Amino acid sequence: MDYSNFLYMREELPLIAVMVILLLYDLFGSERSLRHFQLVACLLFGAHTVWCLFPHESCEAFGGMYVYRPMLTVIKSILNVGTLLVFMQAHTWLEGDRTRIRRGEFYFLTLSTLLGMYFMMSAGHFLLFFIGLETASIPMAALAAFDKYKRRSAEAGAKYILTAVFASALSLYGISMIYGTTGTLYFDDLAARIDGSPLQIMAFVFFVVGMAFKISLVPFHLWTADVYEGAPTSVTAYLSVISKGSAAFVLMTILLKVFPAIAVEWQWMLYALIVLSITVANLFAIRQKNLKRFLAFSSISQAGYLMLGVISADAQGMTALVYYVLVYMVSNLAAFGVISAVEQRTGKVMMEDYNGLYRTNPKLSVVMMLALFSLAGIPPFAGFFSKFFIFAAAAGQGYYGLVLIALLNTIISLYYYLLVVKAMFINSTDEPIAPFRSDNYTRISLMVCTAGIVLLGVLSVVYERISLFGFGM
Amino acid sequence: MNFLSLFVAIPLLMMLGLWLSRNMGQIRIVMVSGASMLVALAFGTLAAYLSARAAGDTAEMLFRADLLWFAPLNIHYAVGVDGISVAMLILSSLIVFTGVFASWKMDPLPKEFFLWFCLLSVGVFGFFISIDLFTMFMFYEIALIPMYLLIGVWGTGRKEYSAMKLTLMLMGGSALLLVGILGIYFHSAPEGAPLTMNILEIAENSIPMSAQRLFFPLTFVGFGVLGALFPFHTWSPDGHASAPTSVSMLHAGVLMKLGGYGCFRVAIFLMPEAAQELSWLFLILTGISVVYGAFSACVQTDLKYINAYSSVSHCGLVLFAILMLNRTAMTGAVLQMLSHGLMTALFFALIGMIYGRTHTRDIREMGGLMRIMPFLGAGYVIAGLASLGLPGLSGFVAEMSVFVGSFQHADLFHRVLTLVAATSIVITAVYILRVVGKLLYGPVVNQNHLALTDAAWFERISVVTLIVAIAAIGLFPLGLSDMISESILPVIEQLVK
Repeated sequence: MDYSNFLYMREELPLIAVMVILLLYDLFGSERSLRHFQLVACLLFGAHTVWCLFPHESCEAFGGMYVYRPMLTVIKSILNVGTLLVFMQAHTWLEGDRTRIRRGEFYFLTLSTLLGMYFMMSAGHFLLFFIGLETASIPMAALAAFDKYKRRSAEAGAKYILTAVFASALSLYGISMIYGTTGTLYFDDLAARIDGSPLQIMAFVFFVVGMAFKISLVPFHLWTADVYEGAPTSVTAYLSVISKGSAAFVLMTILLKVFPAIAVEWQWMLYALIVLSITVANLFAIRQKNLKRFLAFSSISQAGYLMLGVISADAQGMTALVYYVLVYMVSNLAAFGVISAVEQRTGKVMMEDYNGLYRTNPKLSVVMMLALFSLAGIPPFAGFFSKFFIFAAAAGQGYYGLVLIALLNTIISLYYYLLVVKAMFINSTDEPIAPFRSDNYTRISLMVCTAGIVLLGVLSVVYERISLFGFGM
Repeated sequence: MNFLSLFVAIPLLMMLGLWLSRNMGQIRIVMVSGASMLVALAFGTLAAYLSARAAGDTAEMLFRADLLWFAPLNIHYAVGVDGISVAMLILSSLIVFTGVFASWKMDPLPKEFFLWFCLLSVGVFGFFISIDLFTMFMFYEIALIPMYLLIGVWGTGRKEYSAMKLTLMLMGGSALLLVGILGIYFHSAPEGAPLTMNILEIAENSIPMSAQRLFFPLTFVGFGVLGALFPFHTWSPDGHASAPTSVSMLHAGVLMKLGGYGCFRVAIFLMPEAAQELSWLFLILTGISVVYGAFSACVQTDLKYINAYSSVSHCGLVLFAILMLNRTAMTGAVLQMLSHGLMTALFFALIGMIYGRTHTRDIREMGGLMRIMPFLGAGYVIAGLASLGLPGLSGFVAEMSVFVGSFQHADLFHRVLTLVAATSIVITAVYILRVVGKLLYGPVVNQNHLALTDAAWFERISVVTLIVAIAAIGLFPLGLSDMISESILPVIEQLVK
């Protein structure tokens, strides 16, 4: 075996190095030096993020098992930045009495899932893909149950592991049937051997159902709200953005690479999934009073919008999808950042607790409002542009009906996003949340998110850069 | 960058100034100076436009500037104006200016109020200068969302309900509109040629008829919701009644014109064949708006509801005239937009001022106000006379052109509809005179009202500006209607192509 192949993994190796350093530091660091653990972790991971920003030439390693394309740098960088923001928002929570001693584990587990996603995205073979998928899922269950002394968190962990394993099993079953009918698991070879026989269609359905669990599309979304509600807020943020974004990207690449022969079939299947996800999730979101559950349903419908990029199945769709993930990430992390800051300070997560927040905490309210406007697709914020491009991608393939359904759903989503805005700005209450100052990590991360919400759309260069890579797919 | 971009830049700078200001005095300085600059800029644009035309510039849009924005989709930031946009820019700037004075004593949270107010202006001005569909749509939506908070936070009555209803209905309209715009975009060029969002370029390559049939109704209804097209007008009475004074002024005066302008500039200009084919359907709907709005206004007792239903009727007339698809009627439509914008703003300003004193808007609880506040009373009478179309004021010029134009169609269908719509003039007279008689001249109903004061100086500025503008259009309509009529020509050429 040629060990120099490992050198092609220019993004995975530094990540492993960061993980190992943090693990050793946590184990052997003195009490005094551990006080700076948070800072060191953010700096190390920040350095890794910067390192990963620069794309290199396309290459393959291990006989096509591992594939690198410049587009992967873009999506990996997006995930890196998102993870970094989550780390910063987790600061106060990790400083808490019960989590303090376990914060090393938090970083190690989170970075393992990120590593799994890296492999999943770089896979050129179903085996590596599956290993990545599992590496990304199993530590996630541990993260969901991180506040194990809380009943809901433990329950979230259990629910997550059960559904994740079930979904993986379904995917694996599908993959095994694909292997049975074609005799190979290399993506490049598969494309030519998929001919649309009934067995392959069945295999494909199993595979997509497994992925749909990960992305939490309706009707495979039932775990989402409970897990999002129970898991610690930082973990929820990570789960809703990073995990979902990477899974959507992988689904799109695999559908384009491996299953172009049965495009007509999977486009109809996705059509149904999109309509269901967007509509059902929106209708459920209206009734939610807990903001974490609320954002869970909102994220299901956002996943439906993401799939609009997949269904268009061309370079424009790919660009729109990656851009959507980026914009969704900053918007959703801004919302979760505010929720997490308020929760750490007061323990409140219900919508009525936010009544009159603008009078006491104007800055947090404005950030939250911008985040919600961006999620709803209101210009001039980034969400408007990402929605426009993803709708344009779908309309370009003639899916006008689907775009219309999706757009009418944005009205429903605007309704429930405005409910939160209304609580903060219009409703008044006798006991609003007292004014407070969040820690500097949270403040910086919220500033970054706000800058992203305001600038990512108006500065067209971001979209254009991504599209350069998109057309190289 | 050319000077048209200042229309967007000035409100943005005003927002910056507001953000930095510390007290009410500074806020007022920022708002007044900014709004005056906008008025000056609008009239400067008019002067530049007229002199360019006089010098023989026959381009469809003047002062064009084009900046590539999103290369992969060929989206540009493209601006340019013709006579209609210039007229709309003047209208908007006047209403922003008077709106500032009408909300002179804003309370609570004045800074936030004016921030949203300026964002609304950004959207309005940006919409009127854009000639790229994407930029146009973006500014359109920018103008919609501030309404939610402006009504929700600073409104009166059932403000939360009204704010939500208005926002969702208008956003629903813009959802239809977006599908329409995407449809236009993907059919904007023949097979193989690069697609474009530029309105002028799309007009040169005609869109296939099958696509027009699909996307014309979407686009027309999308804009029509904002123009209070029946049966999508129900947001308007609630929204206007709950909004604070200057927001009602801006919304009824300018924002509803976005709908008419968009129907004209996008739906009819780009899809003329479908417009001819489907105009009968929308003519019936707008005819209903005109008559139904007027009848509804007759039975209301809340001053704002009366004026809001009257707006439905008058804005319905704008769309009605546009759909007549001939030059006279369309000129009348634009004049009606101007005239209605000014007089409805005047109405809402006066209603706001009266309400601020009497704390009621119910006409049954007021009477004889003419003796108590003669200035406001006289203003109300003038607004009312303009609304019912007295010669010498703007309403007459507009309605005259509309009905002359629509009567030019010789067939029975158009003639009957014209007659039906023309009855609204009579009904308007009924509700206007009823209110004027009851509110201003009857016996004093509430003795406490005798202690009330007349308009303050800042209120007078607002009222006088609007009255002067209404009278100016009424007394000197020719130059204006020539400028508009000339800019209608490209659309007429599209229609006969």
